[in-house]
Amino acid sequence: MDILTLLVIIPILTMIGILFTKDNKGARVVTAAGMCVQLIVTAVLVFLYLSARKSGVMHEMLFTADYLWFPSLNIHYAIGVDGIAVAMIALTSIVVFAGIFASWEVEYLSREFFISLILLATGVYGFFISLDLFTMFLFYELAVIPMYLLIGVWGTGPKESSAMKLTLMLMGGSALLMVGIFGIYFNSAPDGGPLTFNILEIAKINIPIDMQRFFFPFTFVGFGILGALFPFHTWSPDGHASAPTAVSMLHAGVLMKLGGYGCFRVAIFLMPQAAHEMAWIFIILTTISVVYGAFGAIWQTDLKFINAYSSVSHCGLVIFALLMLNQTAMDGAILQMISHGLMTALFFALIGMIYGRTHTRNINEMGGLMKVIPFLAVVYMIAGFASLGLPGLSGFVAEMTVFVGAFQHHDMFHRVVTILVCSSIVITAVYILRVVGIILLGPLKDQHHAHLEDAKWFEKLSTVTLVIAVAAIGIAPLWLSDTITASLKPIVTRLAMVIPF
Amino acid sequence: MRHEMLLTFAALAILVAEVFTSEKNKLRIIPFALGLFALITVVGFIPGETGNLFGGSFQSSQLTTFMKNILNLAVLIIFLQAEGWLRKKENADKISEYFILTLSTLIGMNFMISAGDFLIFYIGLETATIPIAGMAAFDKMKSRSAEAGIKLILSSALSSGILLFGLSMLYGATGTIYFADMAGLIAKDSMTLLGFIFFVSGLGFKISLVPFHFWTADVYEGAPIMVTSYLSVVSKGAAVFIFTIILFTVFKNIVDLWQPMIYTLAVFTMTLANLFALRQDNIKRFLAFSSIAQAGFILVGIMGAGELGMTSVVYFVLVYVFTNLGAFGVVAAVHNASGVETISGYNGLYKTNPMLSLLMTLSLFSLAGIPPVAGFFGKFFLFTAAASKGYYILILIAVLNATISLYYYLRVIKAMFIDKNEEPVSWFRSTTAMRISLVMCVAGVFIIGFASGIFEYIRTISQLFLN
Repeated sequence: MDILTLLVIIPILTMIGILFTKDNKGARVVTAAGMCVQLIVTAVLVFLYLSARKSGVMHEMLFTADYLWFPSLNIHYAIGVDGIAVAMIALTSIVVFAGIFASWEVEYLSREFFISLILLATGVYGFFISLDLFTMFLFYELAVIPMYLLIGVWGTGPKESSAMKLTLMLMGGSALLMVGIFGIYFNSAPDGGPLTFNILEIAKINIPIDMQRFFFPFTFVGFGILGALFPFHTWSPDGHASAPTAVSMLHAGVLMKLGGYGCFRVAIFLMPQAAHEMAWIFIILTTISVVYGAFGAIWQTDLKFINAYSSVSHCGLVIFALLMLNQTAMDGAILQMISHGLMTALFFALIGMIYGRTHTRNINEMGGLMKVIPFLAVVYMIAGFASLGLPGLSGFVAEMTVFVGAFQHHDMFHRVVTILVCSSIVITAVYILRVVGIILLGPLKDQHHAHLEDAKWFEKLSTVTLVIAVAAIGIAPLWLSDTITASLKPIVTRLAMVIPF
Repeated sequence: MRHEMLLTFAALAILVAEVFTSEKNKLRIIPFALGLFALITVVGFIPGETGNLFGGSFQSSQLTTFMKNILNLAVLIIFLQAEGWLRKKENADKISEYFILTLSTLIGMNFMISAGDFLIFYIGLETATIPIAGMAAFDKMKSRSAEAGIKLILSSALSSGILLFGLSMLYGATGTIYFADMAGLIAKDSMTLLGFIFFVSGLGFKISLVPFHFWTADVYEGAPIMVTSYLSVVSKGAAVFIFTIILFTVFKNIVDLWQPMIYTLAVFTMTLANLFALRQDNIKRFLAFSSIAQAGFILVGIMGAGELGMTSVVYFVLVYVFTNLGAFGVVAAVHNASGVETISGYNGLYKTNPMLSLLMTLSLFSLAGIPPVAGFFGKFFLFTAAASKGYYILILIAVLNATISLYYYLRVIKAMFIDKNEEPVSWFRSTTAMRISLVMCVAGVFIIGFASGIFEYIRTISQLFLN
């Protein structure tokens, strides 16, 4: 059994384990145990990967395995990871781990809750290890569909309509994606020979340019919808606001990254010419995403909506950076994915915890919480500072790299959009500091909040895990960005071959 | 010929058993018929001879045998699901009729699939259709059921007439009724085209393609559930099989003529059926429109004229058998226990009957084409077949339709899991036969997708058949 398949097997075993538990307590203990094992396996994977690279293994993908599945269509179960995938897997494991502890107190149908949550995680892991478009697509849909029940059953507010909207929009995205995948598959052997779904094989050939022009938008928008690309982002605020804590964490922290990851691993990597030609359209869209999301966050008064719009803005930045199509910006995009994944998960965890105590998410009804729940308040501030890009935390590293990369383009168009996008930093600072000022500082607004209990052990465990990760990237970003840079080489080389600079 | 003979024997055996059982022991016919049919299903899988009979009128190949086996499996599951319903008092005096009528239609379908000329095809089709009208009117004391029967027989008669008219034109144009000869003689003249249009319209009634679908919802709603599931799975499956065979063999020289027609039919069938399904509250009507939409997806696969198209269609029907019968099984179980037949009646079902709700969810996900269940693979391969001929826009329409269909499938899931109900369907224990059938459905829904050998086998026999 190779280590990557293990990443899919462990969640499946965990789900089976949960089936045999009798009560809520058993279910969450089994889940936590399973995800601890998963975290350990991930750590081993990171370690093995780094040591393999250190010893000079130069293959593009490591730990590869390949089993023929449907011979007549040349569908394989092909897996393998590079530094980017390893980083995403690590992100997933951390967020899932934190998410389990953040939802420690789910009482209603908790077995079903944890099974759905782990099913979602299974899809995410499978997606990141896949090298075959078919299995990638399979895992992608597998990750999306549990969201319906997770939001619909355990959510709050207008949960049914939010869940339906989210599921249908994301499935509509995967519908577009499916067309794109067929286009790639049937053009994967323009000189004859067997067609293939394998990404690495397809990357060796050039898909005919007119085919690229036709299928690139399908693939890119298909993934882009999950990455909250304007104007397809509308599922995100509603969905996040209605979802229960752990689901918001996983969804904003990890699932939205599937969109960004797919955009460059499939759309840009396999169809570089079309990506180059059409980049300007999507750059405009993502610029709108970034700025509009930030302004949206300013106007909201519900904590979850604020964070959801901020996610739209930050995920827009990811796709924006990818479309700059150069080493530095793409490097920054990956960093931003990881950084945003961690800090948005932290935000949602904290919002869930605060909401569980104050029973309101309206910022105007809260105030002076710093005095009552100092632990949560301080962590909230740390998350906020990471989000607005304070040096020493992960957000700064990521955004800095993105903007440096974006400025490497000399033409007017890129300059203008880069400056516009840069302005979002200021807006981010406004909405973050506004929230911190209103709900944490100042006098206590509501006397009912005077005797709130501070974080319990599982909440501390959940948040501290994320804070450590955020700080680790901020303080020592080089090991991560070096790994990413090395893994981006093949993609950038391929881009450089087809794009005249 | 083995399938047909075995089925004829079974039908006669049940008839004899009916004669020789006293009034008190009528219920014993059920296990007898079930056991007999299970045996036949198993025997059907033993590899047999292939070849032609009656001067080419009857053709038997591995592919047709496999198709018959699919239908046998479907009927076996339906029989298992019908067991509890047949034991009810109101059906006591017509138990063997149910089995005999079903088996007669199945014999007709088997002949139809094996047809080598249009005469056997037509005889098979009629043998398959007429007993179904009797089955639809099975609850003869209920006016809805009687209405369903009369609607079915009238629309069938009309469609058969249209079909026969088309066939006569094709005969006029080519001078033969044999598939093999006609394939070579067929030409693109207006007579052939007209004949072909009538042929497609006639068969379109049977598969219930839009705009020939008007009978479907009423008949599905009025007929007893076990007949509805037979209509939507077996009857439709058989019609799809022979439709695909004839299109791919007899009309293979005029592919560019029929593809635009099928294209249009596919778009209308998927879209309209989906839009109608959105508003249904009766679960049988809902499944009726969903099955029309599924027929639209099958047409997308037929666009991939060739062995990949054939493979994907047969594979999809196989998946569809287990998927749809899973859903119908749950509907039947709930109906038998509580009489509930509306989607709103399913509110809160998960609280009281979690296993049934999960089964229903799996089946609906499979119908919607969500991984990891087999429906995902079925749809993916159908679209692959169409994509292999470059019909990307059609696929786009199809996948968007699949997204719309997800909405109404999720509605049922929402009812079961999310919606509150003052008086949900109370807990009940399904009969053993029902449980066996549902386990078969779940196993099928999981295994058919992941076991790639099944797909590869269908691919091999389709290759053999078409070359």
